[in-house]
Parts: sequence; C-alpha cells; structure tokens
Amino acid sequence: MSGQLQALHTLTLAELAKGLSRLEFSSRELIESLLSRIEEHDSSLNAFINVTADQALAVAEKCDKARSKGEAGELGGLPIVYKDIFCTKGVLTTCGSRILENFVSPYDATVVERLSSAGVVMLGKTNMDEFAMGSSNETSYFGPVRNPWDTTRSPGGSSGGSATAVAARLAPAATGTDTGGSIRQPAALTNTVGLKPTYGRVSRYGMIAFASSLDQAGVITRTAEDAAMLLSVMAGFDERDSTSVDHPVPDYVAGLTGPLKDLRIGIVRQHFDSGLDEQCAKRVKDALAALEQQGASLIEVDLPNLDLSVPTYYVVAPAECSSNLSRFDGVRFGHRTDDAKDLLDLYCRSRGEGFGAEVKRRIMTGTYVLSAGYYNAYYLKAQKVRQLISQDFKNAFEKVDVIAGPTAPTPAFRLGDKTDDPITMYLNDIYTIGANLAGLPGISVPCGFVEDLPVGLQLVGPHFAEETILACAHQYQQLTAWHTRCPEAYQ
Amino acid sequence: MSLSKDQVQHIATLARLQLEEDEFDDVVVKLSSIVNFVDQLQQAPTDDVIPMAHPLNQAQRLRPDVVTEVNDRDMIQANAPAVRDGFYLVPKVIE
Repeated sequence: MSGQLQALHTLTLAELAKGLSRLEFSSRELIESLLSRIEEHDSSLNAFINVTADQALAVAEKCDKARSKGEAGELGGLPIVYKDIFCTKGVLTTCGSRILENFVSPYDATVVERLSSAGVVMLGKTNMDEFAMGSSNETSYFGPVRNPWDTTRSPGGSSGGSATAVAARLAPAATGTDTGGSIRQPAALTNTVGLKPTYGRVSRYGMIAFASSLDQAGVITRTAEDAAMLLSVMAGFDERDSTSVDHPVPDYVAGLTGPLKDLRIGIVRQHFDSGLDEQCAKRVKDALAALEQQGASLIEVDLPNLDLSVPTYYVVAPAECSSNLSRFDGVRFGHRTDDAKDLLDLYCRSRGEGFGAEVKRRIMTGTYVLSAGYYNAYYLKAQKVRQLISQDFKNAFEKVDVIAGPTAPTPAFRLGDKTDDPITMYLNDIYTIGANLAGLPGISVPCGFVEDLPVGLQLVGPHFAEETILACAHQYQQLTAWHTRCPEAYQ
Repeated sequence: MSLSKDQVQHIATLARLQLEEDEFDDVVVKLSSIVNFVDQLQQAPTDDVIPMAHPLNQAQRLRPDVVTEVNDRDMIQANAPAVRDGFYLVPKVIE
C-alpha cells in the first residue's frame, strides 16, 4: 500500500469526496484502510458494537462500479458509522442493551436509508449508553467506550462510540442522537464537531425512541463542512415520522461562507457563573474573542431559568422513556426470561434482566412522575417550566443570532468517577439540555485544550438556523487548528 | 423526601420491572435523590403558563387512514422469542 493510501484516515469527508471523484483512490481501498484501522485500534477503545466489514466492502465495490460509469453522487463511496440506536436492515441493532442483544432490524431508519441511497458506506455500529441514557458511555451493556485522548477517561455520552471513532480516525463521520446533549457533549470531550439539528429537522423513523419530544438525529465529524455535507442529505420531511417538519432544506455547504461580520453572538451570563471549570471558561472566552475579532459582536443575554433545565429534563425525559420502553415486553422481540410462571412474571423478569440499572432508574422515575397523584405536581409542572425555558431562548434570540458558550462544564472525566451519584452525572448536561427542551439546533466545535484534554465551544441558534451555526463553526475552524489535532496513539 | 421501600416496590410493579434483592436498596437511595432533585421545580412560578407538549409548540400531523405497509409477518417474527403458526407464544393466561 502506498503512503498516500495509508494516510486516508487523516482526511476529512470533504477531502475524501474530492479524492474519490478524481479517482486518486477507490472506495474499496478507502474502506479497506479504515477497516484495518478499526481492527488494529478498537480493542483499546471499544467504540464499536458491530463491524460490518463484508457488507461494507461489497457496497464499496458497487460504488466504485457506479463511479466508473459516471453514476456516483457526491457522497458515493464515502464511509460512515451509525450509532447503534439506528435500525439497519438485516444488521444487529442493540441500542447498547442486553434486551436487544440479538435484535436484527427488519428495516432501515430513514437516516440510514437516505445516506445509503446517496452511496454512503456503513463500516459498523457504534457503542453507546444503553438506550442513550447516560453521559459517559458507562451504561452500555457492551462495556464503556474509552476516550482516545486518555483511555482512563470517558469520551462522554451517549454517542460516545461515534465520537471516539471519529476522534481516533477510525471513521471520518458518524451519526449520533441528542436528547439532552448526547451528540454535543461527547464531541466536546473528544475534539470533534457534533451537530444536533432543530427538533423535527431529521426524521426519527427507525431511531429507537428514548424521549420522543426531545430526540433528534445528527452527526459527529471533524469539521463543520463535513457536518453540512451530511445534513444536506439527512434533513427533510418524512411522512413516516409524525413530528417531522415540512420545511425547505437549504444547501448547507453553500451556506458555510455566510459572513461573521455583523453576526450578533449572545453570551449567557449564567454560563460563567459557577460550576464551569476555570480553564475551560478561559478557552471558551478566547474563542469568543476570536469571533469578535472577525467582526461579530458579543452581546450579553439572560437565560434566567437555566438552572431549572436539568430538573425539568429529568421529569420530561424519564416520563417519555417509561412510555416508549413499555414496548420491550419479552413477547414480540428482545430478551425473554426462562420459565416464567405467568404473563406478569414474564414481563417483569424479562425487563428486569434485560435493562441495566440506569435505564431501570429512568423508567421508574418516569413511572413515578406520571402516576396517580403525582402527574400534576411533576409532569405538568415540568411541561410548564419547559415553556418558560423555551420563552427565555425566544427572548434572547430577539437580540442575537446565536448563543455561544461552553458545551460541557469540565473536560473528560475519569471512568467510574461519576457512576455512584446520578445527579452529578446529570449535571454534565447543564449547558446542552436547554436546546433540547426548546427544540433548538446546536453544535459543538473544538476550541482548545486543558492539560491535553479537548474543550468544546457550543453554538445554539433559533429554530431552523442550522446554516447560521454551521457557518459560524466553519469560519471559526478556518481561523483555528484545534480540530486538526489527533491523539498521539491514533495518528 | 425519601421514598419508602413499599413505594419503590409499587413503582416497580407499575413499570413491570422485577428488582433483585441486591439492587433494591440502591434503587431506593438513588430514586429518592432523583425525586429530591426534581422537586426544585416546585419553586418556579408557573401560574398562567401553558404546558409545552411539543418543542415547536406545533400540533401533531394526521395522515389519511390507509394501509401503507406490506405484511412482513415472517420477517418480523424472526425476532420473536417464541412463535407458532404465526402467533406469539406467552404463558397460559386463561385457565
């Protein structure tokens, strides 16, 4: 193999697309080189639940053939990895859970279907917190993912396998899902770009549901440009998702060059009040200063109910999860207990054995807040506070075009550090949860390091302002080289 | 506020979750701390606030009531733990 082929893993999706179209290498060569990297490195990271090597090579060959006939699209032959929450037809889809350990999906998620039609090649399915419930990847039935920047630390979660695969250069791009920060927080902790679009922008069909009013599919890449390329294919109305929004899909790549000059960037006073690591705060402030130097103006805004976003989330999300996860009953699919004595025993033991501790806690929290006598005090109350939080963002967006701040309160923490106390773990998502409650698009972009651990800058925009946050992130990446840094062991 | 063991057992039964003896105490402690944590919502003034059921405050779309899926029973039942003649098998429910 030539030196150039060995270095294919260092290229971004946009660079790979160019190389393929100029016939500098074939899709088969590209896929082979990444598969061999996964084989070499994944034992130290545990980013994958399943590697679909044979299928990937077969699809790559088909893409090469199409290209030789002049029939390949822009994304034809490019590799991707899917978070194992996306249903993939004929392929194991576990959602990181024992209860789906042997589940082979009979259909493709819309996201998978759209990317496959564009000729994108699946390399495998990535590890994740069980049912996307976690912020550290430690709740996975298949074991924690390790952060490539320091393998004693967590890559964040729940899309930790996706973020790790991209950060360690095992794949140029990955899908993720974000219910409370599950794309943006692991992106921040691994020096990658993580984009969560507006609620309803990307179809949820075939994405195993956790909290239906919060879940949204997105991508993890190394650049905002790559995220824009993928979003252009993934976004759009889908009649199979009843909450999918019928709103025109712009050319996100063309929008990347929108000027920073005159962009009004909101800085949230409460973001820097307390709980934020001092060094992280410094990196974020440096990034804001760099944007200001390009002509953007920084304007202070107020999100008075920010503190209530985490408790609101931990009523709404568990309530929806307890309903969604009632489908796992040991009858139609998934794990079933042996020798149940009656139907109730079959349900209780199949679920008791199939779900891990965090998932059980969330189902029970949700069951409690929806139960007779508590519905008004908790669930209805949380829905009202959610409205207040959403209104806070609306008020802020009357004054600014984007809101910028930290993605996570600290750099990557050690595996095992926060597993004993769910509340400490939940507070990791203090800066990201608001965007989910209000349905807003958000992106995390690398903005520096604290003692060799990455820090992320978060940009949040109004509904359907993906173009604005992608342009801002893209131009920040033109000014800085943080995102080009790769952990030493995975260069 | 701390949840009692009986309350936790009641919630587990409603949620159709069997809890093992060795996980029960841990569930009581952690569930109580979660309930305490979310209790801070009670202080928020929310009189006259309309509850938010949809993040874009939109109504759910309806579709015409027509069949759109084909019958893939065999393929779908390939994932089932126990089937016979196209039926799902469960423990006897009627004597």
